[in-house]
Amino acid sequence: MTEPLIGKGEMKKEISIYFILFAILALVGGVVFGMIGAFQSVIPGFFNFIPFIKCRPLHVSLVIAWIFLSAVGGVYYYLPNYCKVTLFSDKLAKVHLWIFISTGVLVIISYLMGIFGGREYWEFPPVLAIPIIISWILFGFNFFKTVFTKTEPWPVYIWMWGTGIFFFLFTYLESNLWVFPYFRDNLVRDITVQWKSNGSLVGSWNMLIYGTAIFLMDRIKNDNSIATSRIAFIMYFLGLINLIFNWAHHIYIVPNALWIRYIAYGISMTELIILGKIIWNWKRSLSKAMQDFHILAIRFIVASDVWILLNLMLAILLSIPAINIFTHGTHLTVAHAMGSTIGINTMILIASCLFLIPDITKQQFSKLQAKSISVGFWVMNIVLLFFWIALIVAGYIKGYLVIQDKLIFQDIMLQINPYLITVAITGCVIFAGILMVFIPPLKLIRKYLR
Amino acid sequence: MRLNTKRFIAAILISSFFIYSIVIYTTGTSVDKGKDYITEQSKKGRQLFQNKNCIACHQIYGLGGFMGPDLTNVISSPGKGAVYVKAFLQNGTVRMPNLNLTETEKDEIVEFLTYTDKTGVSPVKKFEINYDGTVNWKGRDEKGN
Repeated sequence: MTEPLIGKGEMKKEISIYFILFAILALVGGVVFGMIGAFQSVIPGFFNFIPFIKCRPLHVSLVIAWIFLSAVGGVYYYLPNYCKVTLFSDKLAKVHLWIFISTGVLVIISYLMGIFGGREYWEFPPVLAIPIIISWILFGFNFFKTVFTKTEPWPVYIWMWGTGIFFFLFTYLESNLWVFPYFRDNLVRDITVQWKSNGSLVGSWNMLIYGTAIFLMDRIKNDNSIATSRIAFIMYFLGLINLIFNWAHHIYIVPNALWIRYIAYGISMTELIILGKIIWNWKRSLSKAMQDFHILAIRFIVASDVWILLNLMLAILLSIPAINIFTHGTHLTVAHAMGSTIGINTMILIASCLFLIPDITKQQFSKLQAKSISVGFWVMNIVLLFFWIALIVAGYIKGYLVIQDKLIFQDIMLQINPYLITVAITGCVIFAGILMVFIPPLKLIRKYLR
Repeated sequence: MRLNTKRFIAAILISSFFIYSIVIYTTGTSVDKGKDYITEQSKKGRQLFQNKNCIACHQIYGLGGFMGPDLTNVISSPGKGAVYVKAFLQNGTVRMPNLNLTETEKDEIVEFLTYTDKTGVSPVKKFEINYDGTVNWKGRDEKGN
């Protein structure tokens, strides 16, 4: 493992550790609301103190906060400490953090008070989008001012982080275009633009996260040949093409122009190239990774590789219109979203936390703590598989019954209820796994901040 | 890969993103079969639908939460319609909270759902699958009917 460059101030480390601390707290909160919501969907009236209309946005927003805070916290730490550059402004990083956190608190308060007004995934009053945009501009300015002091060749992860930052700004702005009547007053345009932005927005945070995964493999193995290779850049550009054009599978049934669907269908099939590459390299990359399986961060990266394979296969199937027409609006979509968010994104971001926290705090996990993380790892991954399969089965049954058109909505939900109960129960076990993984890092952070 | 090649590809892709976005905002979404049903009331209903976060549980075009049914065609579905919607809004159910809406607000929601109903069909239940994996819809779609 490469040692961090000497002579960097404590402040940068502290700011990253705050990002990570809030990220972990957001994840724990997000999963708690997710569990409550899951039980509310099978037990009507469960925990009515916070009804489902509040629980769902709390779950989604906190999990999104986990993704952004942990990814951004990593970038703020890795850039000056491992990429041979000096962060342009520590102060801007601090301002970014505190704008983000205070906006997050306002978002949570607005949800708890039942004050909405925004769109799905961003249900808070749209005025709160302004500080989010400002904080992101500060982050982008700080990032690009920093990396432009470094001469080429940049490794692919710097390209990916830059792309993620750039496209998040535009796609997030795009997701707020509904405030203009031109977009809002035409439902077809409104939904199309909303899901265009949501699809590309997920692509942009994936750029931040996958960039982090490549960075970690590069640094842990102290080998930058992967991050500067031709194939890495080809895959990056393929990912960028998908970010731009591959979002319309969300809206195949919305009556917009037919060519939008054909372009999305065609582009989504390019994911077969990525799938083929993963399968082609599977045995070699897995046996390589298994050599380092004892390193906790690597273990989570290996798990994310397995989940990438599973979710990519599912995503390709869902992108075929003939299959999508059965699966759209069912729990199969949720399976894909959960598989990607927990199996891929969260695994990579946990790997980043497990690399970064001991590095910043200059402490190592004790044997008992390492054991707890290891057990948590297996619990999360094994139980996630059952959670994921239960959602797929529920989605398959619902899709089939809806098209058959013989049962009413309530009866269809009764048919899938056993699978939704499985989802709720396995969700609780996944939460236990998350706690096992994160309690040791939280102890290191607490000791460091004292 | 050379730096200039990378820059060139990136510039092409970023330009494509903006051009494609503009095309989507205009010609890609210019058709709205329900436009005759857009009224001030339906616009208010749309905002109310958002303010009450109905999408947490319900779907429009299959997009939204899965706790309640898809509402795209609730107005024209056999056995349902405006009265049916208002009854749910009036009382709620064991799963749906009573949103305490005024009569005017209930009418606005119904107006919004009436407009939505005219824009298309969801879920699509009548279709033909083509050999290339694409689908031809049968019903109120861009292919006629």
